[in-house]
Parts: sequence; C-alpha cells; structure tokens
Amino acid sequence: MASSVLSVATQCVSPNASSVSINETHKGKAKLGGSTLRFSKSSGRISMTVAVNVSRFEGIPMAPPDPILGVSEAFRADTNDVKLNLGVGAYRTEELQPYVLNVVKKAENLMLERGDNKEYLPIEGLAAFNKATAELLLGADNPAIKEQRVATVQGLSGTGSLRLGAALIERYFPGSKVLISAPTWGNHKNIFNDARVPWAEYRYYDPRTVGLDFEGMIEDIKAAPEGTFVLLHGCAHNPTGIDPTPEQWEKIADVIQQKNHIPFFDVAYQGFASGSLDEDATSVRLFVARGMEVLVAQSYSKNLGLYAERIGAMNVISSSSESATRVKSQLKRLARPMYSNPPVHGARIVANVVGTPILFDEWKAEMEMMAGRIKNVRQKLYDSISSKDKSGKDWSFILKQIGMFSYTGLNKNQSDNMTNKWHVYMTKDGRISLAGLSLAKCEYLADAIIDSYHNVS
Amino acid sequence: MIMVVMWRYFNGRTARRFVSTCSGHGWWDKVRVAPKNPIVTVNESFLADPFPHKINLVTGTYRDDDGKPFTPQCFSDAEAKIYRYTLEETNSSEVSSKFVMESVKLAYGNDSFVVREGLYAGVPALSGTGACRLFAEFQRNFYPDSLIHLPDPTWPNHHNIWRQAQIPVKTFHYYDPDTKGLDFDALINDIKNAPDSSFFLLHPCAHNPTGVDPTEEQWREISYQFKVKNHFPFFDMAYQGISSGDIDKDAAALRIFVEDGHLVGCAQSFAKNMGLFGHKVGCLSVLTRDIKQAAAVKSQLQHIAHSMYSSPPIHGILLVTMILSDPNMKEQWKKDMKIMANRIRAMRTTLRRNLEDLDSSFNWEHITNQVGMFCFSGLAPDQVRHLEKLFHIYMSPDGRISMGGVTPSNVNYLANAIHQVTRISEAASVCMCNMH
Repeated sequence: MASSVLSVATQCVSPNASSVSINETHKGKAKLGGSTLRFSKSSGRISMTVAVNVSRFEGIPMAPPDPILGVSEAFRADTNDVKLNLGVGAYRTEELQPYVLNVVKKAENLMLERGDNKEYLPIEGLAAFNKATAELLLGADNPAIKEQRVATVQGLSGTGSLRLGAALIERYFPGSKVLISAPTWGNHKNIFNDARVPWAEYRYYDPRTVGLDFEGMIEDIKAAPEGTFVLLHGCAHNPTGIDPTPEQWEKIADVIQQKNHIPFFDVAYQGFASGSLDEDATSVRLFVARGMEVLVAQSYSKNLGLYAERIGAMNVISSSSESATRVKSQLKRLARPMYSNPPVHGARIVANVVGTPILFDEWKAEMEMMAGRIKNVRQKLYDSISSKDKSGKDWSFILKQIGMFSYTGLNKNQSDNMTNKWHVYMTKDGRISLAGLSLAKCEYLADAIIDSYHNVS
Repeated sequence: MIMVVMWRYFNGRTARRFVSTCSGHGWWDKVRVAPKNPIVTVNESFLADPFPHKINLVTGTYRDDDGKPFTPQCFSDAEAKIYRYTLEETNSSEVSSKFVMESVKLAYGNDSFVVREGLYAGVPALSGTGACRLFAEFQRNFYPDSLIHLPDPTWPNHHNIWRQAQIPVKTFHYYDPDTKGLDFDALINDIKNAPDSSFFLLHPCAHNPTGVDPTEEQWREISYQFKVKNHFPFFDMAYQGISSGDIDKDAAALRIFVEDGHLVGCAQSFAKNMGLFGHKVGCLSVLTRDIKQAAAVKSQLQHIAHSMYSSPPIHGILLVTMILSDPNMKEQWKKDMKIMANRIRAMRTTLRRNLEDLDSSFNWEHITNQVGMFCFSGLAPDQVRHLEKLFHIYMSPDGRISMGGVTPSNVNYLANAIHQVTRISEAASVCMCNMH
C-alpha cells in the first residue's frame, strides 16, 4: 500500500522540483498512518489527497435568525393576496413599491457624467460629506462647528457609526456602561455586545398608556453610576414611535448633566419624523447648545433612501477643537482595522445632494412628501380603527407616535394572530412599520388590529 | 465667572443650568493623538511637495503609463447599466448571493468541487480589510485562546486587525534580507515548531510588502507541512490577476491547499484587480465539510457583520457581479489585468536594466525576481530619506516601492536617484573603513 501510494504521488510532482527532493517530500506522509488516503480528480489529473481534516468549525451552531429580516422572508413566502408587510422599516410608496428618491437619481447622473474616480477615500471618509453631515445635524452656523469642536468620521450607515462609537467607548472608557431604552432597536444590543461594551436598560415604554414612562426613564438615568453613556434616539424612536416632548428633553438633559453622564444619540430619521430636517434635530441641538459633550451616530438609509449604500457618520462634539482632533484620530484608528476606509458611493450622493442648492431643496420637498404620506396613513388608520372599534379603547396613541413605526400595544400572541389569520407581517413586539402601509389597506389593517386586540389574549 | 453669568443671561436660561465646560473637565482629556500611519504620513508629504517631478511610490494603487488611475472601459459600461437598474432591498440579498458565488468561482476555479458542491460559507465583505476582520472576529468567537501567525513582514494592518479582534499575534520567518528572497527553511521550521492546529495567514500571490512568493513546489511543501501539523491556512488574496496577469495562476497556491484537502479560509479584495478601491468590495469564504456546516458558519459570519455595519454597500457589489457574470465584460476585464501586470513587469525590467547600465555595484536582480505591485528594494531608512529629501521620490520607510507608480517617463529619474543614494551610502561606508 505504501509503495503504491508513493508511486502515484511521484507522478504528480512537477519536473521542476529542485529545492525539495521527492523522497523528502513524501517520506513523512507514511507517518500519517491513521488517515485514510483519498484519490480525487482535480484539474484533469489524478492527485493524491490526504483525507479532509475534520473541520475546525465542526461544532459551530446556526446563529439565531434576525427577527426583523425573518419577517420579510416569511412575508415573501406567503402566497395569499391580502398579505401586508409591516416588518422592515423601509419606506414604500402608496403603491407599496420601494422608492428611489429623484434627487438620488439626479446626483448619480451627475456623478456618472463627471466620471468620478474610484480611489480610496481617506480613513475618515469624504471630506465634503463629513462637512455636509455635521452641518445638517447641527446647523451650519452652530458654534460647535465654527469652533471646530466637532469630530466627524464617515461610517457604514447607522450600524457602522454606532460600532465606531462603541469601539471608542471600549477603548477609552473600559468598564463604562451604555444605558439603552427598553425597548430599543434590536441591533443596539448586538453592537455593544460584540464591541464588548456592557449595557443596561432604562425604562422607556409604558404599556399601560402605550406612551413614554417618563418617570421611570428619569429615575433609571439618575440611578446609573456617574459617567454612564446614555443612548437616546434623536427622533422617531424605534420601535415605539414615542418621543419625549421638548419639555421632557430639557429634563432629560438636566439629569444627564447632573449625573455627569454622556449622551449618545442615534439619529436615523432626521427629516423623516416631522418632515423637517431642522425640527428633527432639535433634541441633539438642545444638548449641544448647553455645552455638553455628545456622541451622535447618523444614518442616511431612510431619509435619502440609501439603505443599501451604507452611508452615515459618527460625530463627537467635544469641549475644545484640540480634543476633537485627538478623538478624530482615534476614531480613524478604530476604523482602519475594521475596513480601512469607508465606501465612496453613498458619500458622494449625499455630498452632491446637500451641496447642490437645487438638489437640496428638492430633497427637502421629497422628505416632506414621504413624512407626509406616513402622517396621512396614521390618520387614516386611526380614523378607521376609531370608527370600527366600539369598545371605547383610546387609540389616539397612533396619532401621538411619530416616525416610521408604531407600537400597537399588541402582545406576542396577538401579533401572531395578525400574521396567521390576517397575513399581516410585523415583529412580535407589536411594532408595525407604517412605511409599509398604504391608505388603501388601512381599513383592512384596522379590522386585523381590532380582531387581534379583542379576541386574542 | 462674570462671562459665565452673562452667557447664561443672554441665553435666556434659568440660573440653575450649568455649562459643563465650566468645570474644566472634558470627557476626552485622556484620549491621546493616534500614532500616524507611516504610509499616510509619507503620502501627505508627497501631496504637500511642490516639486514638479515628484514621484509617488507609496500607496499600492495602480497607475497607467501616464501616471493616471486606470479605469477600464467595462466599469464605465457597468456603471451606466447600474444607473438604470432599479434596486429593491429584497434584491440586495439576491445580488449578494450571486456576488459571493462569482467571487468563489474566481478564487477556487469555475469547476472547483467546493464551488459545485456548495462546500463554502461566503459573505461579501468590506474589501480585504473587512474580510480579514470578519474572519478574525469569527476566529475569536470560536477559538478564543488561539493566536494568528503572520509572515514577517506583512501588510501592517494585519497586525492591527487581529489585535483589535483581541487575538495575539506571532510572526513566522518569511523574508530573507540577505537574498532579498524567501527564507524557506526558516519558514518551514516555524511551521513545524508552532503548536498543532495553529492559525496561519498566507499571501497566495504578490506578497505585500516584499513581492517575494514561494514557488509551486515550495507551496506544495508548505501545504504538506500544514497537513502534518493540522494548521489552519487563511489566505489574504488581494492581487489575483494582476500579479502574473493570469487569474488561475495567481490562485494556484490557494488551489493547491484545497486539493490537498485543507478547509481554508480566504479573504478576497476587488480593490486592486478591478480598480474599485473606494467601493470596498471583497469576499470572505470559509470552506466546510458539508452544506449544513456551510449554512451554520455563514450565519455566524453574517451575525458578526450585522453588528459591525449590517451589510456592505451594494454599489460595488453590483459592479463586480455584473462584470463577472457577463462573458464579454469578464473577458475585457481579464485583458485589462494582463495589461496592468505586463506594464508592471516591463517597469521592473526597465528599472533593473537602468540601474545595471549605470554600473551600480549592487545586485538588483530582486527587482525582477519579486512579483506583483511591490518591490522590496532593500534600501535602508536613511537612503529612503535621501530619496525623499533630495529627489522628491516617496516610498514606504521600509524601502517598499509601489511599482504601480513607476512610468516610462519617471523610471530613468528613479533609477538615477536610487543609484545616487546607494553610491552615497557606499562611499560613506568606504570612508568609515578607511578611517580605521
């Protein structure tokens, strides 16, 4: 056996072998003893292959499916005509089609004509984009920008920007916790877990009122050890759609200052909540105006429809320009071993849209249109439910909530009923994405919600 | 104090509001300036240099004979096609799957059994860096006590990537500065001496920064030794197609290992070979024993990506998929790669010949022996400095020259400059000898 193996092996060795003699090459192979020898055909010649090793990754289990994306998959598999996808927070038109903004098409056209090169961006990203995004967030004449106290680094949409922030916390504030709202976007926990940053929750959603548990929120923020990072949704809270009022924001800022905490904003819906870019940035600007040092992650997935291009930014507003410079250098240092430098395409689109006055105006109009459609749908849904439901239940929270999502208050069983009986796809926490709802389907949805709420426990 | 009071007054706020900057304590006081990346620093010096004939040999980006970035026609065509393409988010995952399939075919071969049988877990990644980082995190999740063995030298960011993933790094012998070639015996020794089942990173072609690649026979021996020790081979393939000009030849090392039964991991980058630097297109694949395991590993990789950036940008993925699945575009691309590889080889030949014609007393064979984008010149740090200060020629501090930046119009100047700085050093050392 051994000799026949060796003779087969000999035929495979290329005639140019010089540095290693044939005998030396193969004399060790006999030692492998226990492994079975396998012959496989590859590249048109027989080569002796030693048995495939047991995979290093033999014991690796399937990762849990992402609950939100799983909803879309189930929806796609459903063959029923009346099905409705209220799972993913991606904007749809009244005809329930994805929407590529006109300004995006125009910007891409400009870019195509110019034939922009594909060279690497610097680690911090496209300068024109970074400037535009900070100004959009804070206002172009914000003192923090004028005083160069804002460190901005382009990131991979909201997720990537949050991850950069998390990595910064892990490196420079080891042991510090992040306080996140209960509930919050599911991926927040994953991001901080993988970045090895411990987190805890603050009360946020009150199921009794289907509104904000403000006292609970303030208490929990107060109770956290000094120097905790507090994750806040700048506007259009995901998943509840429940935002603090302006007065409540002031009080939240008070307690954060008193406890010497650091606010960390996740701004994924600027412009999408109210329809106004400036109005939706009020909470962030309030904190910055007080002279607080703030982290802000931004995303252009929703408001420019650039989901797939992964464009966002991590901003750190600090107390001096000198410290902003240092922080920026460290953010870059964290980005380098993640992806070296960020992708160029989405950044160019944003820079073109924001930097070209005609396109910027057009964008504002399109955003008002998108936010307007959602507000109309909320109204219609509320009207439909109120007129059909005679139980006297107060459904006005639908109107009070803001943004793409609504926490219906339905529990898991009721949500399952929505899917199983009514073919309405949503997440198990009772969240519906109004972006996936058309005026035409409001009546149907109203029926489904009423049935699930009253007849299922 | 008075200023503060006035500030408060003019802001119309009630007196109890405090301005945190008053306390003098900033959150970021303890944050130091990050050390500057040497390549970035040199690049910045180059950009700031007003000398009209300056040469940039620092960054590994390909330039044509006129020193311009090279954008092959097929990309402009692909861009135009994509512009008219209405993308739905639901299609993103279909496009990604197609992209992975095409990438894996490219790496392992169209007819490779791993591709045919689906014995791989593949995910799109943020170019080469992203693919390496995904793997490093994956390695950490499932082998938290493992190390990574990196060649000495290697692309510096490899060290950062695994360190950031909290995996300790060990280096293995690779480059022999005396021969300016491969230190094969020491390499094999290090493989043998490493603990069984160690993780190793290998460059399958056009080693960065040295340009020194093992021969086919050497690769077979390395693969065999890996088998004996049950090591895990992870390939970082950033130059497939532009090293030799032939896609299959450049992937030979990878395919040798696969033939030998190794279940490899591979990071692919489309930055250089498709010129898509800024679009961050890459792929990570890990070979598995069966489809079930492939699905499990893939799900874990997606999970890691999900908390880092969710999904990679679609634009570059669309471009690559379009080009690889269109036979005409793919042919055109292969031709373009041959052009790039041939140009670089021609420049290597010219540079070496020029130096020899100048009667340089040094051995410049390594310029043509080494392959790929980079030439490890063997120049010492002070010689590199002289090149910058006296001749406005910029390269990495370790003497690595990016051949992509050498053109017919600057190669004479470059040869002359190298000759001058090496003569200066030689003369200086002769002087020193004579003094004793």
